[in-house]
Amino acid sequence: MAEVKKTFSIKGMHCASCVRVIEKSLSKTPGVSSSVVNLATEQASVTYDSEKVTDDDLISAVANVGYKAGLAKELENDDEQKIEKEKELKNLRNKVIVSLGLGLLILWGSFPGITSTAPLFLKNFWIQLLLATPVQFWAGAGFYRATIPALKHRTANMDTLVAIGTSVAYGYSAIVAIFPQIIQRIGVKPEPYFDVAAIIIGLILLGRYFEAKVKAGTSEAIKKLIGLQAKTARVLRQTKDKLLEVDVPIEEVQIGDVIRVRPGEKIPVDGEILEGDSSIDESMVTGESIPKDKQKGDTVIGATINKTGTFLYKATKVGADTMLSQIIKLVQEAQASKAPIQKLVDLISSYFVPIVIILSIATFVVWYVLGPTPAFLFAMLSSIAVLIIACPCAMGLATPTAIMVGTGKGAEHGILIKDAQSLEIAHKINTVIFDKTGTLTKGKPEVTDIISVTEISNFQFQISNKTRKSKLSKEEIILWLAASIEKGSEHSLAEAIVKAAEQRKLALSKVEEFKAIAGHGVSGILNTKHPASPAGRPKSKILLGNRKLLEKENINYSSIVQTIELLESEGKTVMFLAVDKKLTGLIAVADTVKDTAHEGVQALQKMNIETVMITGDNPRTAKAIAAQVGIKRVLAEVLPDQKETEVRKIQAEGKRVAMVGDGINDAPALAAADIGIAMGTGTDVAIEAADITLINKDIKSVAQAINLSKKTMRTIKLNLFWAFGYNVSLIPIAMGVLYPFFGILLNPIFASVAMATSSISVVSNSLLLKRQRI
Amino acid sequence: MNTDKILVMIFGLIGIVLTYWFFLMKKEREVSAESLRAGKAGEIDIKVSGGYSPEVISIPKGKMTKINFLRTDSTDCLSEVVLSDFKIRKQLPLNQRVTIEITPQKEGEFLFACGMNMYHGKLKVV
Repeated sequence: MAEVKKTFSIKGMHCASCVRVIEKSLSKTPGVSSSVVNLATEQASVTYDSEKVTDDDLISAVANVGYKAGLAKELENDDEQKIEKEKELKNLRNKVIVSLGLGLLILWGSFPGITSTAPLFLKNFWIQLLLATPVQFWAGAGFYRATIPALKHRTANMDTLVAIGTSVAYGYSAIVAIFPQIIQRIGVKPEPYFDVAAIIIGLILLGRYFEAKVKAGTSEAIKKLIGLQAKTARVLRQTKDKLLEVDVPIEEVQIGDVIRVRPGEKIPVDGEILEGDSSIDESMVTGESIPKDKQKGDTVIGATINKTGTFLYKATKVGADTMLSQIIKLVQEAQASKAPIQKLVDLISSYFVPIVIILSIATFVVWYVLGPTPAFLFAMLSSIAVLIIACPCAMGLATPTAIMVGTGKGAEHGILIKDAQSLEIAHKINTVIFDKTGTLTKGKPEVTDIISVTEISNFQFQISNKTRKSKLSKEEIILWLAASIEKGSEHSLAEAIVKAAEQRKLALSKVEEFKAIAGHGVSGILNTKHPASPAGRPKSKILLGNRKLLEKENINYSSIVQTIELLESEGKTVMFLAVDKKLTGLIAVADTVKDTAHEGVQALQKMNIETVMITGDNPRTAKAIAAQVGIKRVLAEVLPDQKETEVRKIQAEGKRVAMVGDGINDAPALAAADIGIAMGTGTDVAIEAADITLINKDIKSVAQAINLSKKTMRTIKLNLFWAFGYNVSLIPIAMGVLYPFFGILLNPIFASVAMATSSISVVSNSLLLKRQRI
Repeated sequence: MNTDKILVMIFGLIGIVLTYWFFLMKKEREVSAESLRAGKAGEIDIKVSGGYSPEVISIPKGKMTKINFLRTDSTDCLSEVVLSDFKIRKQLPLNQRVTIEITPQKEGEFLFACGMNMYHGKLKVV
């Protein structure tokens, strides 16, 4: 049985009888074990077996009796948890105030040096016992509550250490207060140490209070992302006679719903604009600060803000499929993952507490046997100090808190990191390979030159062109041929050619036997008429592709080499068109370099990271583009399936490689690299293939991601240094290693001060990451 | 050497040996998700109080297993459970059952722990 409890919002209730009716209807539904409807909050809390009944069944059950139900989802759950946490914090604060207050009174009455100023009653052992007891068993009850079940499991933790340490101090002091003669009989002056027990409890609880407050900040990023979600959507609903705009809870929006968004409003879910245009601020999701102009046909992202216009759009992704939900899921997963550096911590923490207990026993024995008089007191106080000063928490918090803050900060900048491992590896990257098209360039190439080759100047094509009535020029014929054959291709260069033909209003012809030759081009049969063609054979074989295609088909292009080289040196990609194995024309296509590409590459070079460009283009075009962005090392004429091999070759040079691509065409290369960085959107398949996804598609973010990784790793290392260094240096001091040389012995009270601050210092150090510039 | 010192040394040594035996030489009690609840294969309940019981569970590879955590211990450290190999970090509200569904794709042993990495459990994928 998979019993779940969910809260539904109910609309349409007026009185207590409505409550009864709904409860009855829900209870009668098979699989429902209990239902409680609250009129004041307009909610129903239903416990049911999710294998027997679905949410929709329950919504229908409510609808059948005339009311409207919708999932109130986990928001209430979150609120409940928040209230619960606040209650716990308040409780903790009260315990801190009481225990420190009472502890200080005891300290006043018993601590050498200040005790002479204390009122007489505070020096009374029985009064001290009375004051210390609530601290030990009320404020410190949590330590016992955690220790007893842990011991049942034969495990121990920090609570065990505190419980043992303070119990020894309290127990000894209680014996001193109640049976002072016993203590006197063993030759020790009867002096209680209630102050030690009470102040230790107070200070450790104070440390926990601050730690809980500070720790809440580490998960702030994910809370912010969840908070971005819109609560309602204005959906257009058709009634019998008119179209109504209805505000519905976000959970009820379905794919295909048409939604209206007004200026200043939040876009509820992902979708596509049907009518109207606007400028949209997507910074909260993509990290991109400049608002984007959107019009009909453009996609919009849920949780972004509509700035200026009003528009209607169709919901295409809802619930867990929206980009925001995907981002939240990814960040949550990354925050739950473990960095490889933590393996050592895991190993140490599994032995830590038992070893501290062993050290504490050893300390007692050594002091008792070898220590000065009163040996028993020295032995007891030192062994308590060892138990109290040990802090496994700082070690446990060192890595995860930094990972949480680091991945959260990344998400705020549009940098999604898949897991802690990726974050750790990224700081070692010393070479970044950029794919050209769509990564360094905008990926929207445009036709810049159409050149008719003289050898075919006498050709005439019988074009059935319904759109254009005027006679086509030679260049237009070339474009028409190229666009007709490329219509079926998905390549970005093909898109550019088809778009150019559409702009010139050329109606394209149907291609037969279309074939894409990977890394070369395309071929097909087109209906043409050619004076040299024998009668009855009006069809021609058309080839469109790169130089490799011409060489493969043995087509001569020597007469126009100079023209080709000139175009390529301008960074243009030259496509060759051949009809019936004769070169007909050239089409040059150029892709614009992204505005931030040069800056992004420079930022990496400043970090002493080598930059490389990889492309299927010929070396001349590739070098021209690389020069524009400042990249010196170029890998040209690399077929898509060879990119992975090139990545491995660079890795074989001993480099730690990050591959930056669109994540779809170059998924194998991304996977082969030490770190795959995809320039994509949250919903792309790229997220699966990539270790880091840059949803803002900004080249500058590559350096930012590596920088973030470096800073996070620095924080983790510093945290671990503190956590380990603290324990490694202070435990021996608590044991008393300095006493024989300098006469220094750590009072358990100071041990608790050090312990309480150690966890806070680690968490605070992680939080400092938030303020770092990346 | 005085008798009391000899006694302290003997008891100290016994204490050290007992501590080592008690905490570091315990045998793991393993429970299988298949055998735990007859007719309810693929589901396992873990009580969270002073640790995880059972603390070692064996679950089948390639099949979805529901792990139900119920925390009855107010220790703050246990209020979160982390299955880092499965990239899962979940809050465990006091006295509320929280179900985590996992479908392990490879065999092996995977640790899970509390938010501060002090209490540990183990998933054995077979």
